[in-house]
Amino acid sequence: MVAVTSLGETPLAGPAARGPQGMQRSRLRRLNAFRYVVFTLFGLFIALPLLALARFSLEGSKLGTWSVAAWTQIVSYPGLASAVELTLELAVITSLAMLALLLPTMIWIKLRVQWMSRIFEFLCLLPLTIPAIALVVGLGPVYNRIQHYSLSALQLFWVYVILALPYAYRALSSGLDALDAVTLAEAARSLGANWFTVMFRVIAPNMRQAILNSVLLTGALVLGEYTIAYLLLFNTLQPTLYSISRNTPNAGVVFSTSLASLLFAFALLIIVSYAGRRRRRG
Amino acid sequence: MEGLTRRYGPVVALDGLDLTLRPGELIALLGPSGCGKTTTLRLLAGLEDADAGIITVGGRDITRLSASKRDMGMVFQAYSLFPHMTVVQNVAFGLRLRRMAKAERERRALDMLDLVGLSEQAGRYAHQLSGGQQQRVALARALAIEPQVLLLDEPLSALDAKVRAQLRDQIRRIQLEVGITTLFVTHDQEEALAIADRVGVMREGQLEQLAPPIEVYSRPATAFVAEFVGLTNRLAGTVSGSTVTVRGRDLPLVDLGTPAGPVTALIRPEAVTLASSGEAGSGPLAGTVIAITFLGATSRVTVNLGDTTIMAQLPTSDATELTAGSHVALSIRPDPVLVSVAENKESVAASEA
Amino acid sequence: MTVAATTTEAGARPSRAGRRLRAPAWLGTLPFLGYVGVFLLWPTGILVVDAFKNPSGSWNFGGVSTLFGPVVRGYFIGSFKLCLISAVAGAVFGALVAYAVASGKPDGAVRRFALAGSGVLAQFGGVTLAFAFQALIGPVGLLFHPSWYYSFPWGIALIYIYFQVPLMVLVFLPAIDGLKLQWREASESLGSSTWQYWRYVGGPLLAPAFFGAALLLFANALSAFATIEAWENQIAYTVPQEISTSLSSEVGLSNVNAADLLAFGMIVMVAVVMTGYALLQRRAARWLR
Repeated sequence: MVAVTSLGETPLAGPAARGPQGMQRSRLRRLNAFRYVVFTLFGLFIALPLLALARFSLEGSKLGTWSVAAWTQIVSYPGLASAVELTLELAVITSLAMLALLLPTMIWIKLRVQWMSRIFEFLCLLPLTIPAIALVVGLGPVYNRIQHYSLSALQLFWVYVILALPYAYRALSSGLDALDAVTLAEAARSLGANWFTVMFRVIAPNMRQAILNSVLLTGALVLGEYTIAYLLLFNTLQPTLYSISRNTPNAGVVFSTSLASLLFAFALLIIVSYAGRRRRRG
Repeated sequence: MEGLTRRYGPVVALDGLDLTLRPGELIALLGPSGCGKTTTLRLLAGLEDADAGIITVGGRDITRLSASKRDMGMVFQAYSLFPHMTVVQNVAFGLRLRRMAKAERERRALDMLDLVGLSEQAGRYAHQLSGGQQQRVALARALAIEPQVLLLDEPLSALDAKVRAQLRDQIRRIQLEVGITTLFVTHDQEEALAIADRVGVMREGQLEQLAPPIEVYSRPATAFVAEFVGLTNRLAGTVSGSTVTVRGRDLPLVDLGTPAGPVTALIRPEAVTLASSGEAGSGPLAGTVIAITFLGATSRVTVNLGDTTIMAQLPTSDATELTAGSHVALSIRPDPVLVSVAENKESVAASEA
Repeated sequence: MTVAATTTEAGARPSRAGRRLRAPAWLGTLPFLGYVGVFLLWPTGILVVDAFKNPSGSWNFGGVSTLFGPVVRGYFIGSFKLCLISAVAGAVFGALVAYAVASGKPDGAVRRFALAGSGVLAQFGGVTLAFAFQALIGPVGLLFHPSWYYSFPWGIALIYIYFQVPLMVLVFLPAIDGLKLQWREASESLGSSTWQYWRYVGGPLLAPAFFGAALLLFANALSAFATIEAWENQIAYTVPQEISTSLSSEVGLSNVNAADLLAFGMIVMVAVVMTGYALLQRRAARWLR
């Protein structure tokens, strides 16, 4: 099974033993050694570029000096602040649209049209593989037919929902699979609920963690999306960062914003991951 | 196994357990969840390490040996068949690891499948078989390597009742035929009593009693065993001399050394007999029927004695005239009775003939 | 496992009349299908059709020969090599990391951090990533500046691996979670060593999911455009670069056709990959779900 794991969802069982079942000591030792090595190596690989980003973001006007100017300027740089705001709004709209599209459909398919789930999965994974530029080339005419300059960048959400499909789909389906949705639905229906109630008052509330995850993965995608926005000449965060890099003497701002957006998204995801767990314990 | 101890952090799963299996016998480990029976099995299998204690098989100390080097066959509760292999490939797996030639291991695997009665399913995959069939394949797979000990971890718990009973007898039959020393873990006392040579009742990491089924049932060593195995009535009584007085009747004691005083007498339902009395009687053994549970050949009747309730178990034919609300008079068979001191449930040794 | 209820339209209340409305249930997925149809399938369709059309609107299949011409072929081969390398490396390393994560505590900090990190890093290809690598091993970079940095495909591949590995972790982790503990233990009690377990049991079981994930990684690499854009290198090594160049130059419609054709060629590659993925998926789903 190839799928995207969502944060906060714990698997029922795994290749390693836990809980009341233990593991043989020698095997445990070898496993831990393996994990230690893997995490160290990859931790380094992941961290080094980020550290480089950090170092450069703190670079002063002369090489070798330190300065937090790049960070303080984040707020002051005119185009940047509005780009950030725009992108955040876009993230919210995209998330809502994604939920409105995916959630009812997925629940419906799971409860009533199970034979479609294979097709559905395929469609949802397709965006991962179709190049964004191909979409742009095809969408160009669509977007151009409408008055381009009076079009707010927020209209990007139509496409962003498509791009987010693979990640959101997997996050939501993890949550949906963890429930015995069919039984819940049958129970609710036998008590007299209609389909609407079943979907939104019985099933969805039990998927809160998965829904949160899908929203955050979508948000991460919007914050990081570059290709389509750039090619369609919109000024969201990433294209703005890029033009800054081309036009600014103080390149440090680019590094600090890049790092900031990474850290921001990461912090959000971690918070959600832990928030879900606390609810489960109580 | 001697002095086996296993801790998980602050939880003591096994506390100095001593257990010896005789060659060819089937011991059933019985007990509630968390009592340590599965832990014992896994320690024996080598899937976990003990914190203290020794395990020897045939005189050889295998405590430090890893699971793959011990010569054990194990059957798990469920889902243990490899889904990407056919039935015969599953059964032959252990032999393949031992580098047996293909033709020979297939022959042997088919022999094993024959033993469990599944030769026709040889070419199928696990998901095409029913739960009971899967467990039989698992059994064949475990036996194919001719292990010294067979370990079964609640193999029937995931199956439905009818299949459970059939498979249970089949396992016992095969075990006797092959003559292999077996450890069988279960929480179902009926299973344990039905197939074991000896039953070990466990609680909180310790063995409460290890004895043949009939002894565990009729001569429970402790109050816990008495209550866990079979049903028990608990009635207040007073000990004086060599008898205990329960509701006006004097009954002989199992343990003559019990000090005089108030106790709780543990009486099996089948030791209680009923006779319907015309009108409401009086006295400590008169009561009204609350409910009758039909169990097939026997029926269990719950009777309200005014200050307490008591369960009686009768052949159904004797219970047909009884309905809820009938008045009945009870009598208790004068079998030796196990008592526990009222407050702290101390265990009392059973030793009467 | 069907819900035993009268078929009604999606979201509608049960009809109060004596006769119930019997509409096929799949109609409930229409909104989704419509959306995907408009924003995913239609642009793709436009692309395919446009690729074969003249500026005047009549059909023109002459462009296909350019597609197989040496220049374009060079671009495609370049793409192919890069994506293959990054997919294989990403898959292998990602699988190792995924196993390391999966074998830990299910709700431990390691797992959460790894998943959060992967979620973020899988998305942040592009500009951010290019800058980070510039900072690290670029001309004025923090670390050494290796001579192969500008060479293709290795320098770029390194960057691609940076977001391929997290994607692999996200995509492959559930498969590893699907490996039942009992299989490992049964295998061991039958006498297998760790190596034998992976060779005969674990490996074969994970193989479909692994190759499916690797295919996804390959397709994902194909569509990673942004990183190239921000790359300092002036030469167009991969197809997406070429498309961007065609698009942003304002030369006439004939250039648009070239862009279409190239995009079409890419879609074909992707379609092949996705079909392979779907076939592998069927196997994996049966065993590990």
